Amino acid sequence: MRTSIYTSTRPASTKGGMTFELFSWYFMRISGLALVFLAIIHLVVMHVSNDVSQTSYDFVATRYQNPFWRVYDLLLLSLALFHGLNGLRVIIDDYVRNQAWRLAWQTFVAVIAVVFWITGTITVVTFHPGSAPLSAFFGMLFHR
Amino acid sequence: MYRGQSGMWSWLLHRVTGVAILLFLLVHIVDITILGFGPTVYNNALQVFATPFVRLVSLALIASVLYHSFNGVRIMLIDFWPQGVKYQGALWVGVLALTLIGFVAMGYFVMLPVFQGCPPHQCGN
Repeated sequence: MRTSIYTSTRPASTKGGMTFELFSWYFMRISGLALVFLAIIHLVVMHVSNDVSQTSYDFVATRYQNPFWRVYDLLLLSLALFHGLNGLRVIIDDYVRNQAWRLAWQTFVAVIAVVFWITGTITVVTFHPGSAPLSAFFGMLFHR
Repeated sequence: MYRGQSGMWSWLLHRVTGVAILLFLLVHIVDITILGFGPTVYNNALQVFATPFVRLVSLALIASVLYHSFNGVRIMLIDFWPQGVKYQGALWVGVLALTLIGFVAMGYFVMLPVFQGCPPHQCGN
Protein backbone atom coordinates (compact mmCIF):
# COMPACT_ATOMS: atom_id res chain seq x y z
CA MET A 1 0.00 0.00 0.00
CA ARG A 2 1.44 3.31 -1.07
CA THR A 3 0.62 6.00 1.41
CA SER A 4 3.31 8.45 0.37
CA ILE A 5 1.35 11.61 1.03
CA TYR A 6 0.79 10.69 4.61
CA THR A 7 3.81 8.84 5.94
CA SER A 8 7.09 10.67 6.17
CA THR A 9 8.61 8.52 3.43
CA ARG A 10 9.62 11.18 0.95
CA PRO A 11 9.46 9.69 -2.59
CA ALA A 12 12.91 8.97 -4.01
CA SER A 13 14.30 11.21 -6.71
CA THR A 14 16.27 9.79 -9.60
CA LYS A 15 19.88 11.03 -9.50
CA GLY A 16 18.87 14.06 -7.48
CA GLY A 17 16.31 15.12 -10.09
CA MET A 18 12.65 15.95 -9.54
CA THR A 19 10.16 13.15 -10.20
CA PHE A 20 6.41 13.75 -10.34
CA GLU A 21 5.90 11.93 -7.03
CA LEU A 22 8.55 14.05 -5.30
CA PHE A 23 7.02 17.21 -6.77
CA SER A 24 3.62 16.01 -5.54
CA TRP A 25 5.03 15.39 -2.05
CA TYR A 26 6.40 18.94 -1.81
CA PHE A 27 3.32 20.46 -3.44
CA MET A 28 1.03 18.89 -0.80
CA ARG A 29 3.12 20.44 1.97
CA ILE A 30 3.58 23.90 0.46
CA SER A 31 -0.05 24.23 -0.69
CA GLY A 32 -1.20 22.66 2.60
CA LEU A 33 0.63 25.24 4.69
CA ALA A 34 -0.82 28.09 2.61
CA LEU A 35 -4.32 26.56 2.81
CA VAL A 36 -4.20 26.42 6.62
CA PHE A 37 -4.36 30.22 6.53
CA LEU A 38 -6.36 30.74 3.31
CA ALA A 39 -9.14 28.26 4.19
CA ILE A 40 -9.51 29.11 7.89
CA ILE A 41 -9.55 32.89 7.26
CA HIS A 42 -12.13 32.29 4.49
CA LEU A 43 -14.35 30.34 6.92
CA VAL A 44 -14.01 33.02 9.62
CA VAL A 45 -14.92 35.82 7.17
CA MET A 46 -17.92 33.93 5.73
CA HIS A 47 -19.29 32.28 8.89
CA VAL A 48 -18.12 34.28 11.91
CA SER A 49 -17.46 37.97 11.13
CA ASN A 50 -20.41 37.77 8.71
CA ASP A 51 -23.38 35.42 8.85
CA VAL A 52 -23.88 33.21 5.75
CA SER A 53 -27.24 34.90 5.20
CA GLN A 54 -25.36 38.18 4.59
CA THR A 55 -23.07 36.80 1.89
CA SER A 56 -25.38 37.95 -0.91
CA TYR A 57 -24.73 39.07 -4.48
CA ASP A 58 -24.16 42.65 -3.27
CA PHE A 59 -21.72 41.35 -0.64
CA VAL A 60 -19.67 39.68 -3.39
CA ALA A 61 -19.91 42.81 -5.58
CA THR A 62 -18.56 45.05 -2.80
CA ARG A 63 -15.86 42.56 -1.90
CA TYR A 64 -14.70 42.09 -5.49
CA GLN A 65 -14.22 45.85 -5.98
CA ASN A 66 -10.96 45.15 -4.18
CA PRO A 67 -8.66 43.04 -6.39
CA PHE A 68 -7.05 41.66 -3.23
CA TRP A 69 -10.06 39.38 -2.63
CA ARG A 70 -10.10 38.20 -6.25
CA VAL A 71 -6.45 37.19 -5.96
CA TYR A 72 -7.15 35.65 -2.54
CA ASP A 73 -10.09 33.62 -3.88
CA LEU A 74 -8.19 32.56 -7.01
CA LEU A 75 -5.31 31.34 -4.84
CA LEU A 76 -7.71 29.53 -2.47
CA LEU A 77 -9.61 27.97 -5.39
CA SER A 78 -6.49 26.81 -7.23
CA LEU A 79 -4.53 25.46 -4.27
CA ALA A 80 -7.55 23.79 -2.62
CA LEU A 81 -8.72 22.18 -5.87
CA PHE A 82 -5.32 20.80 -6.88
CA HIS A 83 -4.41 19.80 -3.30
CA GLY A 84 -7.73 17.97 -2.93
CA LEU A 85 -7.66 16.27 -6.33
CA ASN A 86 -4.02 15.26 -5.88
CA GLY A 87 -5.07 13.69 -2.59
CA LEU A 88 -7.82 11.84 -4.44
CA ARG A 89 -5.23 10.66 -7.00
CA VAL A 90 -3.16 9.13 -4.18
CA ILE A 91 -6.24 7.46 -2.69
CA ILE A 92 -7.04 5.96 -6.11
CA ASP A 93 -3.44 4.67 -6.34
CA ASP A 94 -3.91 3.06 -2.93
CA TYR A 95 -7.19 1.28 -3.53
CA VAL A 96 -7.62 0.72 -7.28
CA ARG A 97 -5.29 -2.12 -8.17
CA ASN A 98 -6.56 -2.87 -11.67
CA GLN A 99 -4.52 -0.90 -14.24
CA ALA A 100 -7.43 -0.13 -16.57
CA TRP A 101 -9.70 1.08 -13.77
CA ARG A 102 -6.86 3.11 -12.29
CA LEU A 103 -6.31 4.87 -15.62
CA ALA A 104 -10.06 5.46 -15.96
CA TRP A 105 -10.34 6.97 -12.46
CA GLN A 106 -7.28 9.14 -12.88
CA THR A 107 -8.50 10.41 -16.24
CA PHE A 108 -11.75 11.31 -14.48
CA VAL A 109 -9.79 13.21 -11.79
CA ALA A 110 -7.82 15.09 -14.47
CA VAL A 111 -11.00 16.08 -16.32
CA ILE A 112 -12.61 17.28 -13.05
CA ALA A 113 -9.46 19.32 -12.33
CA VAL A 114 -9.53 21.12 -15.68
CA VAL A 115 -13.31 21.69 -15.85
CA PHE A 116 -13.73 22.93 -12.27
CA TRP A 117 -10.61 25.09 -12.31
CA ILE A 118 -11.69 26.84 -15.51
CA THR A 119 -15.28 27.25 -14.25
CA GLY A 120 -14.21 28.70 -10.90
CA THR A 121 -11.54 30.93 -12.42
CA ILE A 122 -13.97 32.44 -14.95
CA THR A 123 -16.30 33.47 -12.10
CA VAL A 124 -13.55 34.91 -9.88
CA VAL A 125 -11.84 36.81 -12.70
CA THR A 126 -14.79 38.00 -14.81
CA PHE A 127 -17.49 38.64 -12.16
CA HIS A 128 -18.98 42.07 -12.82
CA PRO A 129 -22.07 43.30 -10.94
CA GLY A 130 -25.00 43.95 -13.23
CA SER A 131 -23.89 41.57 -15.94
CA ALA A 132 -25.40 38.08 -16.00
CA PRO A 133 -23.50 36.24 -18.72
CA LEU A 134 -25.04 32.84 -17.91
CA SER A 135 -28.59 34.24 -18.07
CA ALA A 136 -27.72 35.81 -21.41
CA PHE A 137 -26.19 32.56 -22.65
CA PHE A 138 -29.08 30.30 -21.64
CA GLY A 139 -31.57 32.92 -22.77
CA MET A 140 -29.95 32.79 -26.19
CA LEU A 141 -30.21 28.99 -26.20
CA PHE A 142 -33.81 28.66 -25.11
CA HIS A 143 -35.61 31.82 -26.24
CA ARG A 144 -34.65 32.14 -29.90
CA MET B 1 -0.40 0.05 9.14
CA TYR B 2 -0.58 0.77 12.82
CA ARG B 3 -3.79 -1.13 13.42
CA GLY B 4 -5.88 0.26 16.25
CA GLN B 5 -3.32 2.82 17.44
CA SER B 6 -3.58 6.59 17.28
CA GLY B 7 -1.51 6.66 14.06
CA MET B 8 -4.21 4.71 12.21
CA TRP B 9 -7.05 6.93 13.41
CA SER B 10 -5.21 10.18 12.66
CA TRP B 11 -4.44 8.86 9.16
CA LEU B 12 -8.00 7.64 8.52
CA LEU B 13 -9.55 10.89 9.77
CA HIS B 14 -7.16 12.86 7.55
CA ARG B 15 -8.38 10.93 4.49
CA VAL B 16 -12.06 11.06 5.34
CA THR B 17 -12.00 14.82 6.12
CA GLY B 18 -9.93 15.43 2.98
CA VAL B 19 -12.47 13.69 0.71
CA ALA B 20 -15.35 15.47 2.47
CA ILE B 21 -13.73 18.90 1.98
CA LEU B 22 -13.03 18.09 -1.70
CA LEU B 23 -16.67 17.13 -2.28
CA PHE B 24 -17.81 20.35 -0.65
CA LEU B 25 -15.34 22.35 -2.75
CA LEU B 26 -16.78 20.92 -5.98
CA VAL B 27 -20.32 21.80 -4.85
CA HIS B 28 -19.08 25.25 -3.82
CA ILE B 29 -17.54 25.93 -7.25
CA VAL B 30 -20.92 25.10 -8.80
CA ASP B 31 -22.89 27.34 -6.41
CA ILE B 32 -20.50 30.25 -6.96
CA THR B 33 -21.01 29.85 -10.71
CA ILE B 34 -24.67 30.84 -10.11
CA LEU B 35 -23.36 34.43 -9.70
CA GLY B 36 -23.38 34.46 -13.51
CA PHE B 37 -27.20 34.31 -13.48
CA GLY B 38 -27.46 37.66 -11.70
CA PRO B 39 -28.53 38.83 -8.23
CA THR B 40 -32.09 37.44 -8.08
CA VAL B 41 -31.21 33.87 -8.99
CA TYR B 42 -28.03 33.91 -6.87
CA ASN B 43 -29.66 35.35 -3.74
CA ASN B 44 -32.57 32.90 -3.94
CA ALA B 45 -30.33 29.89 -4.51
CA LEU B 46 -27.84 30.80 -1.80
CA GLN B 47 -30.53 31.13 0.87
CA VAL B 48 -30.30 27.37 1.21
CA PHE B 49 -26.94 27.86 2.96
CA ALA B 50 -28.68 29.77 5.73
CA THR B 51 -31.25 27.07 6.56
CA PRO B 52 -30.76 25.24 9.89
CA PHE B 53 -30.01 21.92 8.17
CA VAL B 54 -27.31 23.33 5.90
CA ARG B 55 -25.89 25.23 8.89
CA LEU B 56 -25.37 21.80 10.48
CA VAL B 57 -23.61 20.64 7.30
CA SER B 58 -21.41 23.76 7.61
CA LEU B 59 -20.47 22.62 11.11
CA ALA B 60 -19.21 19.33 9.66
CA LEU B 61 -17.24 21.26 7.03
CA ILE B 62 -15.70 23.55 9.66
CA ALA B 63 -14.71 20.58 11.84
CA SER B 64 -13.20 18.84 8.80
CA VAL B 65 -11.20 21.89 7.70
CA LEU B 66 -9.87 22.52 11.22
CA TYR B 67 -8.84 18.88 11.78
CA HIS B 68 -7.30 18.49 8.31
CA SER B 69 -5.38 21.79 8.73
CA PHE B 70 -3.99 21.09 12.19
CA ASN B 71 -3.21 17.44 11.41
CA GLY B 72 -1.52 18.60 8.21
CA VAL B 73 0.76 20.80 10.32
CA ARG B 74 1.40 17.75 12.53
CA ILE B 75 2.41 15.71 9.45
CA MET B 76 4.83 18.47 8.42
CA LEU B 77 6.31 18.53 11.92
CA ILE B 78 6.82 14.76 11.69
CA ASP B 79 8.45 15.23 8.26
CA PHE B 80 10.73 18.16 8.95
CA TRP B 81 11.29 18.38 12.74
CA PRO B 82 13.75 15.72 13.94
CA GLN B 83 11.83 15.25 17.22
CA GLY B 84 8.48 15.11 15.39
CA VAL B 85 8.15 11.31 15.23
CA LYS B 86 8.87 11.00 18.94
CA TYR B 87 6.07 13.41 19.85
CA GLN B 88 3.55 12.40 17.14
CA GLY B 89 1.11 11.01 19.74
CA ALA B 90 1.21 14.13 21.89
CA LEU B 91 0.95 16.27 18.74
CA TRP B 92 -2.23 14.41 17.77
CA VAL B 93 -3.79 15.15 21.15
CA GLY B 94 -2.89 18.80 20.50
CA VAL B 95 -4.51 18.60 17.04
CA LEU B 96 -7.74 17.21 18.54
CA ALA B 97 -7.74 19.87 21.29
CA LEU B 98 -7.21 22.76 18.82
CA THR B 99 -9.89 21.32 16.51
CA LEU B 100 -12.37 21.10 19.38
CA ILE B 101 -11.65 24.63 20.62
CA GLY B 102 -11.88 26.13 17.12
CA PHE B 103 -15.00 24.12 16.34
CA VAL B 104 -16.88 25.26 19.48
CA ALA B 105 -15.84 28.90 18.95
CA MET B 106 -16.84 29.00 15.26
CA GLY B 107 -19.80 26.64 15.61
CA TYR B 108 -21.36 29.00 18.17
CA PHE B 109 -21.49 31.81 15.60
CA VAL B 110 -22.76 29.54 12.81
CA MET B 111 -25.66 28.30 14.96
CA LEU B 112 -26.39 31.63 16.73
CA PRO B 113 -29.38 32.53 14.48
CA VAL B 114 -30.86 29.07 15.21
CA PHE B 115 -30.41 29.62 18.97
CA GLN B 116 -32.19 32.95 18.52
CA GLY B 117 -35.24 31.23 17.03
CA CYS B 118 -34.21 31.56 13.40
CA PRO B 119 -35.27 35.03 12.27
CA PRO B 120 -36.41 34.60 8.62
CA HIS B 121 -33.86 37.07 7.25
CA GLN B 122 -31.07 34.95 8.73
CA CYS B 123 -32.31 31.41 8.19
CA GLY B 124 -33.65 31.64 4.64
CA ASN B 125 -37.29 31.92 3.55
